[in-house]
Amino acid sequence: MANDPIHQFQITKLLPLDVNGVDLSFTNSSMFMVATVVLTSVFLLWSTGGRGLVPSRSQSLSEIAYEFVAGMLRDSAGSQGMKFFPFVFSLFMFILVANMFGMFPYFFTVTSHVIITVALALAVFLTVLIVGFGKHGFGFLKLFVPSGVPIAIMPLVVAIEVISFIARPISHSVRLFANMLAGHITLKVFAGFIVSMSTMGAVGVVGSLLPFAMTVGLTALEFLVAFLQAYVFTMLTCMYINDALHPGGH
Amino acid sequence: MSNSDQRDQLEERLKSLDSRLRENDQKRNSGNKKSDNVNFSNAIRLSTEFVVAILVGVGIGWTIDRFFGTAPWAMIIFLPMGFIAGVRNIMRAAGLKTGSQVGNDDVKGNNTDRK
Repeated sequence: MANDPIHQFQITKLLPLDVNGVDLSFTNSSMFMVATVVLTSVFLLWSTGGRGLVPSRSQSLSEIAYEFVAGMLRDSAGSQGMKFFPFVFSLFMFILVANMFGMFPYFFTVTSHVIITVALALAVFLTVLIVGFGKHGFGFLKLFVPSGVPIAIMPLVVAIEVISFIARPISHSVRLFANMLAGHITLKVFAGFIVSMSTMGAVGVVGSLLPFAMTVGLTALEFLVAFLQAYVFTMLTCMYINDALHPGGH
Repeated sequence: MSNSDQRDQLEERLKSLDSRLRENDQKRNSGNKKSDNVNFSNAIRLSTEFVVAILVGVGIGWTIDRFFGTAPWAMIIFLPMGFIAGVRNIMRAAGLKTGSQVGNDDVKGNNTDRK
């Protein structure tokens, strides 16, 4: 159905593949993930290939991306955090390009599926856990013990800290997925109003200008959200990595 | 006009430029420090941080109840704790200092505080 706002999120199998009862089909989602990775890699390799001292336009674009993420990481995790730069930069570029791919009509939005964002958030979460325990051992648990709290209410405070620590990967993933999903549905619904209103005679055609204006506005907003979600996801990743590196807050 | 006169004039102009630049800098720093993007991204964060913490509290309570058959007590204990965790998350995300280390946002400021 043309006017179904959920239809755009349907997963279709392009190359069915079944390994021992595990469905490993190459879907449209996989295709756009591959496209995202290929586009990012090819662009970055191509644009930095010249290595001009005076950067060309494409080179300065990738330099801006680098500076942006590197600045974010250095600000929140310090120079020690730069070890994680490849990880954080890949996350940022993947989410940003996947979100921007989603803005093309008839394209599939990879990040509008919770399974993708959960995988990304869990990658961050596990990195934090492994690095935290690997670097500090049980000292990492200091993260849950705020300084200057009386012993009497300590168990309660620790439980609350643990809850908010467990909440992290969930909010990290749900935020990205929900924003992309909701934005695309809204866009589709308002665009659908244009069609259904313009079938109702002259008054309808004039009236359909209203949802049309709304759709134009929403498209601009969606571009902003697509960038901001990548930014927020990366910024939170930087903060979590900072916690793994400095659980005592030093 | 002598040479030294010209130099004096130049120096004076440099000084006035200096002070004007400093004034501009101060104006920029005292006013809107964070860009709109940062504010927008904070707004996006706040809602989910709060809701998810409550859900996690409920989830923990429900799981304990299920495994130990203590319904509804664990839920009664963990729901308000999730609520408190949510409020703490929001206070942290909004940059209010709570003395905790999980999520130290606004890290620049916090770091200088702790040093």
